[in-house]
Amino acid sequence: MKNPLIVKGLQRLLWWGLVTVGLFMLFPFFWMAITSVKESGDVFAAKPNWIPWLQFRPTIKPYHVVWTEISFARYTLNSLAIALAVTAGQVLTSSLAAFAFARLRFPGRDQIFLSYLGTMMVPATVTMIPVYILLRELHWIDTYKALILPAMFSAYGTFLLRQFFVSIPRELEEAARVDGCGYFGIYRQIILPLSLPALSTLAIFTFIGNWRSFMWPLIVTNSDEHYTLPVGLAAFRTLHGTIDWPVLMAGSMLMTIPMILVFILGQRYFIEGIRLGGVKG
Amino acid sequence: MTDSIARPAGRGGRTKRFTRQFESAAAALFLAPNLLGFLVFTSLPILAALLLSLCEWDPIADPVTRIQFVGLKNFVNLLGFHHGAEGWAANDPDFWQFTGNTLFLMLSIPVSMSLSLLLAMALNQKIRGITVFRTIFYIPSIAAGVGTMILWLWIFNPQYGPINMALQWVGLRGPNWLSDYFWAKPALMIMGIATSMGGATTVLYLAGLQDVSRDLYEAATLDGAAVWARFRHVTWPALRPVTFFIFVIAVIDGFQGGFDVGYVMTKGGPDGATTTLSYYTWREAFQYFHEGYASALAMVMFAVISIATVLNWRHGRESVNL
Repeated sequence: MKNPLIVKGLQRLLWWGLVTVGLFMLFPFFWMAITSVKESGDVFAAKPNWIPWLQFRPTIKPYHVVWTEISFARYTLNSLAIALAVTAGQVLTSSLAAFAFARLRFPGRDQIFLSYLGTMMVPATVTMIPVYILLRELHWIDTYKALILPAMFSAYGTFLLRQFFVSIPRELEEAARVDGCGYFGIYRQIILPLSLPALSTLAIFTFIGNWRSFMWPLIVTNSDEHYTLPVGLAAFRTLHGTIDWPVLMAGSMLMTIPMILVFILGQRYFIEGIRLGGVKG
Repeated sequence: MTDSIARPAGRGGRTKRFTRQFESAAAALFLAPNLLGFLVFTSLPILAALLLSLCEWDPIADPVTRIQFVGLKNFVNLLGFHHGAEGWAANDPDFWQFTGNTLFLMLSIPVSMSLSLLLAMALNQKIRGITVFRTIFYIPSIAAGVGTMILWLWIFNPQYGPINMALQWVGLRGPNWLSDYFWAKPALMIMGIATSMGGATTVLYLAGLQDVSRDLYEAATLDGAAVWARFRHVTWPALRPVTFFIFVIAVIDGFQGGFDVGYVMTKGGPDGATTTLSYYTWREAFQYFHEGYASALAMVMFAVISIATVLNWRHGRESVNL
C-alpha cells in the first residue's frame, strides 16, 4: 500500500463513520428502551429527555400494565411455548427425513426430494387458504394445534440438513455398522452428534422465524387466550384510539429483546446459516 | 447421488434384495412424519388452491353457499378488461393498483443492495472492534417484527417523530409520511432499507468479499489499479454470483411482501397506497371470505414469481458465468 499515514488516517475516518452510522441504527432501540420506563406525560417533552434520573424519573409502571392489565404474560408464554414446540418438531422431523434423503436408498428418493425443493418457491398465500379451511373443518381454529402443527414441517429445514448430512464421511458410518448399529443407531449416534452446528442453525432460525411470525397466528387465532406476542401487540395497538407509547414500547421490548439475545448467543450459527442457505435474517 | 452405501459383497441375490427392501422400509419410517406433514400442509393444499381458484365459495355466507365450479371466471375478473362507457377498463382496477404498489416497493431492492455492499466493504476492513460493529449492524434486522414496526410509527410521527423533528430543525416541514398518499410508500421503503441493512445481505456480501482471492488483489495492486478501478474490475465481478443470488431471493420476497407492515402500520392505506398483493389476498380471503377469488390471486402471484425467477435465472446465469 501507499503512505502508511494516509492509510491510518483513512482507517480512523472509517471507524468514526461506522460509529456514526451504528449510533443512528441503534438510536430507535435506545428510544424504545427509555420510553418503556417513562410516564405517559414524559414521552413527548419540549426538550429531549433521554437520560433516566437526570432528565426524567424512570418507572416500571408500563411493564406492570403490560404484564397484568393486558394479557401480555399470556402472549409471551404462548409465543415461547409455540416457538419451542415448532422448533423441536421441525428439527426432529427434518433431521429424520434428511437422514433418509442423504443416507438411504429407496425408490423415488430423488423425485420426492425435488418436489420438496419445488415447493420452496410457492408463496405462503397459496397454501394459507386451503390449510385454514382444513383446520376450520377440524374445529382447530383458535387452538395451539393450529399454531404449531402446520409450522412444524419444513421443506427448507429438510433441505438444509440433507446438504449437511451428505457431507459427513461414510467411513464413520461403516465402523458403526460393523459394530452392529442399525439405521436409527447411525442417525442417533453418528449423524446427529456430528451435525450439531447445522442443527443449531436450523433451531435458531426456526425459533426466531416463529417468534416473529405474524400472518399465520393472526389468521388462526381470535382470542386473547391464544394470541402470540406479535398478534397481541398489533391488537393492542389497533384497539386504542390514542397510542399509549410507554405501554406499547414495553410490549415491543418484550417481543424484541429475546430475539436479540438469541442472536447474540448463537451468532456464529447465524452467519453459518446465512452462508449455507441464504435465509432471511 | 453416490451409490456408496457399501455393504459386504452379496452372498447371493436374495440377501441383497432383502437388505434393499429393509432399507426402503427404514427410509419410509424416517421419512413418514415429515412427508405426511408436507403432504397435508404443503403439497395437497397447493393442489386444493389450484382447484379453489376455479371455484366460487363463501364459507361464512348465510345461508350457507355450496362450493361452485366457475371455470376461469375468477381469473377473468382479476386480470381481464371490459369495454364500458368510457372505453376499455380493467375488471378489477384494484388488482392493478396493488400490483403497481408491490412493484414500486421493490424499487428499494437495488438501493438496499448497494448500501449493504458498501457496509460489507466497510466491515471487511481491518479496524479496531470490527466484530462488535458487525454484531451491532446486524441487530436491527434480527429485531425486525411487529415490535419494531410500532417503533417506526413513532419515527414517522408527523409531530413528534425524529425525522420531522430533524427536518424542522433545518427549517423544513416534513410530510405526514404514513398518512400521505404520496409519501406512504417511500416511508415504508426507507424503513425496509434501514431495518434490513446490515442483515443477511451484508453477511452474504461479507462472505463473498472474504472469498475474493488475495492474489487477485495483489495482482491489481501491482498494476497500480486505483480504488475505483479495483472495485470495478476485481471486486464487483467476483461478487456477481452473490449479487445475483441476493437479487433473486429479494425479488421472490418482494412479490410476497407487505402484509405485516400493511396490517400493523397503515391498514393498506391511505387510499390503498400501501396495499400489496399479499395484503390484498389476505383481505379477500379473511375479511371478505371470497375464498375462490383469493385463491386465484394467490395463483397469479405464484405464476408471476415463477416467471420472474426463471427470467432472472436465464438472464443471470450468463452474467454469472465469468
